[in-house]
Amino acid sequence: MRVLAAMSGGVDSAVAAARAVAAGYDVTGVHLALARNPQTYRTGARGCCTLEDSRDARRAADVIGIPFYVWDMADRFHEDVVDDFVAEYAAGRTPNPCLRCNEKIKFAAVLDRAVALGFDAVVTGHHARLGADGLLRRSVDLAKDQSYVLAVLTREQLDRSIFPLGDSTKAQVRAEAAERGLAVADKPDSHDICFIADGDTRGFLAGRLGEAPGEVVDASTGAVVGSHSGAYAYTVGQRRGLHLDRPAPDGRPRYVLSITPKTNTVTVGPAEALDVSDVHAVRPVWTGGARPDAPVECEVQLRAHGDVVPATVALDGDRLHAELRRPVRGVAAGQAVVAYRPDPAGDVVLGSATITG
Amino acid sequence: MAYLDHAATTPMLDEALEAYVATAREVGNASSLHAAGRRARRRVEESREQVAAVLGARPSEVIFTGGGTESDNLAVKGIFWARRSARPDRRRVVSSAVEHHAVLDAVDWLSQHEGAEVGWLPVDAVGRLDPQTLRAELAAHADQVAVVTAMWANNEVGTVQPVAELAAVAAEHGVPFHTDAIQAVGQVPVDFGASGVAALTVTGHKLGGPTGVGALLLARDVPATPLLHGGGQERDIRSGTLDTAGIVAFAVAVETAVKGQQEYAARVAALRDDLIERVRQAVPEVIYNGDPTDRLPGNAHFSFPGCEGDALLLLLDAQGIACSTGSACSAGVAQPSHVLLAMGADDDRARSSLRFTLGHTSTQADIDALIAALPAAVDRARRAAALRTPR
Ligand SMILES: Cc1ncc(COP(=O)(O)O)c(C=O)c1O
Repeated sequence: MRVLAAMSGGVDSAVAAARAVAAGYDVTGVHLALARNPQTYRTGARGCCTLEDSRDARRAADVIGIPFYVWDMADRFHEDVVDDFVAEYAAGRTPNPCLRCNEKIKFAAVLDRAVALGFDAVVTGHHARLGADGLLRRSVDLAKDQSYVLAVLTREQLDRSIFPLGDSTKAQVRAEAAERGLAVADKPDSHDICFIADGDTRGFLAGRLGEAPGEVVDASTGAVVGSHSGAYAYTVGQRRGLHLDRPAPDGRPRYVLSITPKTNTVTVGPAEALDVSDVHAVRPVWTGGARPDAPVECEVQLRAHGDVVPATVALDGDRLHAELRRPVRGVAAGQAVVAYRPDPAGDVVLGSATITG
Repeated sequence: MAYLDHAATTPMLDEALEAYVATAREVGNASSLHAAGRRARRRVEESREQVAAVLGARPSEVIFTGGGTESDNLAVKGIFWARRSARPDRRRVVSSAVEHHAVLDAVDWLSQHEGAEVGWLPVDAVGRLDPQTLRAELAAHADQVAVVTAMWANNEVGTVQPVAELAAVAAEHGVPFHTDAIQAVGQVPVDFGASGVAALTVTGHKLGGPTGVGALLLARDVPATPLLHGGGQERDIRSGTLDTAGIVAFAVAVETAVKGQQEYAARVAALRDDLIERVRQAVPEVIYNGDPTDRLPGNAHFSFPGCEGDALLLLLDAQGIACSTGSACSAGVAQPSHVLLAMGADDDRARSSLRFTLGHTSTQADIDALIAALPAAVDRARRAAALRTPR
């Protein structure tokens, strides 16, 4: 089997590629150049798209002994991930760009190109299990589990994906990298958003969307309690950075309850007002077996690394409805609701959909 | 493996490799005064005479450098600085749109950091310069021009420029003319003196010598400000302990390549013509780029409509065939070739290009291997390109 290993320059994808070789695949390494101007992306240890990362990936491919190329995916990435990220915030939603990148770039544009060029599958260093049964499961390393950002993948995409790391902890992956002589063994993990160089999402959005001063309104009284320079910069559930002029009458902290792009208003209120028991979502994908006709008892996760709650999930055409057993605080539109079936061999991803409210 | 990328670098000639190893065993700094130093100096000076003799230069015109990029930078920046400091209003550089980055980026740097004005000379659809455009440029600006630089032969599409005519135009206006002859030496006849150029770049690793050693041939009356300051070993224009073994091997390679040029060109051009013919049969819609006649003997350059060069390269590489897209890697991301764009190709055609270059070790078997792999690769690359969202 000929497989294409997507190599970010980090330790995970390097070990994943090495394991694919060890498993007997004919492996070719590819680094995705996602930045239109790589200098503006995060440097070194923290990101995945800089020139230094590209060099690290190349070096890892050399050590593993596989051919290596750089694929220019910058235009696709900007349209499908960066522009989408900005548009989602502008619409008052909270996008997850890693998820979008998996859905549109790694397991779409890259996978399609790979298949057209004669490859059978794409190998990545995601922490998730995908076994012979074709089911996507959480990694054994729950702290590193990435099944949430992979849950958007369709059956066809999963059938052409290989995740060699799902049975290992991050510590094991690092140890193996060191054993294999991969210099990235102790490279720090990447976090945050690779295309926001300084980690300042608000500043990035302000640069793209411009300043748009507006009011912060109290949900119960309707009183204006502060101002903001762009409603798009807020996320439901956010408490810090509100800069309210007046404390709440009851003296308790206030949170962002909703964002209304039309009126450019941020509405705030007490923590309880964030509680949600009904989650509505659209564009479901269902990969954990046949698409169910009847409601399913399962668990749901509503954001990356978020809590897991028992729920009843029902599908209806292009919609998904999750009734939560206990309320969850701070559910943001634009994030994914992912349904899991608890399983001792790793919780199984049943399906996912995009939260609308 | 079928190595069809000799323009990127070509294997060392046995003679050069042996000369290198034998010399590298000897101790001696060519600037030292004792016997070991004198022996090294003698080797360097013999090499200088050897290079001068086959390239039609005087020994004193040969400045050894650390390769082509350094020679190009020394010529472009060095002559610019020297002539501008003699006359501050002389700060124009004339260059062609199809130069190698070693010249192109040096010229750009002068314009961005040294206040140079640049006159870019266009090329026609086969990548050829017209001496009339240089004539017009110099008629308008000769007084302000510090240096003219135009390559002898293009590294991507293989087009050979009318260098003697261009040099004559520059000479009429008393402006020094530099040529990057890296791809030309050993491939086509190159005679420094007879060509009338003021400065000429040559490098070792494109003609069977080692990498990291080359020369700038610089006429005695052309001033150049050094890039590297230090011991002043080379005419006070270039500093650094001389790489005796590298220089000896370089000279052997230059001599062998230049003396064997005619026979080499006939043999390699025949192979190259066969390659072209068979590529055309295998993929009838290919576009053959570059000048069909005034061309380097080992160069074949095509656009494969509907394909991306990157994808073709990957697929051929997997079949053991080494070639090049010719696109420069700017900031890690492949850009469409500036040479193809200057020739009037659109972005898609530029990105669909592949360069195959033959050299002294090429055989019929290399071409057979290419032709065996090419149709399937083109087929696949086309399917992959069809997925691409239009730009
Ligand atoms: C036309 C041309 N100029 C300059 C260079 C750079 O020479 P070098 O690799 O010796 O620095 C090359 C080759 O890389 C070349 O083909």
